[in-house]
Amino acid sequence: MKHRLKFTARKLVRIALLLLGVSLAAFLLMDASPLDPLQTNVGQAALGSMSQEQAARLEEYWGMNTPPAERYLNWLRDALRGDFGTSLLYRRPVLEVIGQRISNSLGMLVCAWVLSGVLGVALGVLAGTRRGRWPDRLIRGGCLVVSSTPSFWLALLLLMIFSVWLKVLPIGFSAPVGTETAAVTLGERLRHALLPALTLSVTGAANIALHTREKVADVLDSDYILFARARGEAHIVCRHVLRGVALPALTLQFASVGELIGGSVLAEQVFSFPGLGQAAVAAGLGSDMPLLLGITVVTAALVFGGSLVADLLYGVVDPRIRRGEAKI
Amino acid sequence: MKNRRKSTLLLVIFAALALCLVALAGALMASGAGIADFTRKNLPPGWGHLFGTDWMGRDMLGRTLAGLSLSIRIGALTALLSGGLSLALGTACAVFGGWVDGCISWIVDLVMGIPHILLIILISVACGRGFWGVTLGVVLSHWTSLARLVREETLQLWQAPYIRMARQLGASQGEVFRKHLAPHLFPQFLTGVILQFPHAILHEASVTFLGFGLSPEQPAIGVILSESMGYLATGRWWLALFPGLSLVLVTALFAGVGERMRLLLAPASAQE
Repeated sequence: MKHRLKFTARKLVRIALLLLGVSLAAFLLMDASPLDPLQTNVGQAALGSMSQEQAARLEEYWGMNTPPAERYLNWLRDALRGDFGTSLLYRRPVLEVIGQRISNSLGMLVCAWVLSGVLGVALGVLAGTRRGRWPDRLIRGGCLVVSSTPSFWLALLLLMIFSVWLKVLPIGFSAPVGTETAAVTLGERLRHALLPALTLSVTGAANIALHTREKVADVLDSDYILFARARGEAHIVCRHVLRGVALPALTLQFASVGELIGGSVLAEQVFSFPGLGQAAVAAGLGSDMPLLLGITVVTAALVFGGSLVADLLYGVVDPRIRRGEAKI
Repeated sequence: MKNRRKSTLLLVIFAALALCLVALAGALMASGAGIADFTRKNLPPGWGHLFGTDWMGRDMLGRTLAGLSLSIRIGALTALLSGGLSLALGTACAVFGGWVDGCISWIVDLVMGIPHILLIILISVACGRGFWGVTLGVVLSHWTSLARLVREETLQLWQAPYIRMARQLGASQGEVFRKHLAPHLFPQFLTGVILQFPHAILHEASVTFLGFGLSPEQPAIGVILSESMGYLATGRWWLALFPGLSLVLVTALFAGVGERMRLLLAPASAQE
């Protein structure tokens, strides 16, 4: 147990350092931007008609006069205390905006994440155990096509089929237009989250299925499967293959967190779903530095957290790693 | 067509021809694709205009081809640049080791911690959007996985007896790299670069779709699709369907070629 704790502590320190690096990199990138936040948000005409004083006050508000090093250190000091600054576009604390956005899309994201994992592993095992036969060809071809499909176009396609043509599902947003937040029923929420979740799980599942198929093929070619077959064992897939692909499947599932969030940026844009991804686009287009920085750091924390959970679950799944006999 | 080598070769030739044709046709039609003609606006697909026309009477087939051509050129540029970057950094990791390895591996982890699309948005904003914003964004976000692969491969090779012997015999690092490492790395590297192509094209289209990439007056698939969003509810499905479908075809062609080459180069599946 002791070496597992030590391993976790080392990982946590590394994650903290990486997060520091992510925030610095994101800050430097946004600072290097030649886009003038005043012009993008106030507009050229309005800026021209403003008095010097007003423009100066606005420049102060967008933090254009403080030197970058000082601004970063200020931000870091506040961030460590849990204050990520105030979003310039929404005029509310960044963490509050992010929290609200995440609570909007969390259900949708979790559904898509679980669905993509289950679907991906099931299809991967199906294809891997029937290598070269028609289920394998069908699944592999399908996955190749899906992974060549831009997720936003898939979202557009689903929108065209289900919302415009068949008119069975709503065209966008996370709740019906014109109803109060409190009055929205769970069923309506589900109906609105269905298409984005479907888009994300289909794109995610293709990648997982292709990788799982390779692993299943590797396991099936191994000596211990040959031995199990020679002994006349039944249920080889359940007993041996699934165990063999458990570790890589876990890694893939938790590594897909980043791609899922990336995909949600696109899917949310198509469905006008007010989630974290849409806020990232709005912050980027409107040069809202504090919000974009906050979203980047929170997203990176989720990605690193995912890989940490995967590492810890290795120990649960594989007794050799738990006892410290094998390293990952 | 049982022989994988032969069928792969045919596929590669076919894909190369098709892509060159699309790139060429698109480049030739790019000037004519933007011409508006209000006498023929909003036509559904038919014999005169295979992909239909948009609300300004522009022929969608021409716009799509011009967009694909731009996508292919950007894809080629970014795949080559990010391939070069990953080759340089990956081998540097393996050859120098020590703190160089530590630093580069840390940067790889860092880049992989930010979802691609978010990182491209950040870099594109840093470059002030436009062509270079999206190109640099795709290059700087896509080199990591190939760099890791090159690093591991080179680490293994660097310890191989024949390379150790060559170094003992006084061959310089450059010579070892050119004569002994490069022939081993090249096939893997080539497959990696080809497999980066589809990713690069898709991410370019996605970022342009979001409004961070190419500017609206350029004929890009992302621009066409984001414009079509406004006309979907009125039933003009052809504005989104055909351009997207052709992008999928081009990307799948690249992915298929890359996948075939990977299978062919992997010793376990080469003889299947």
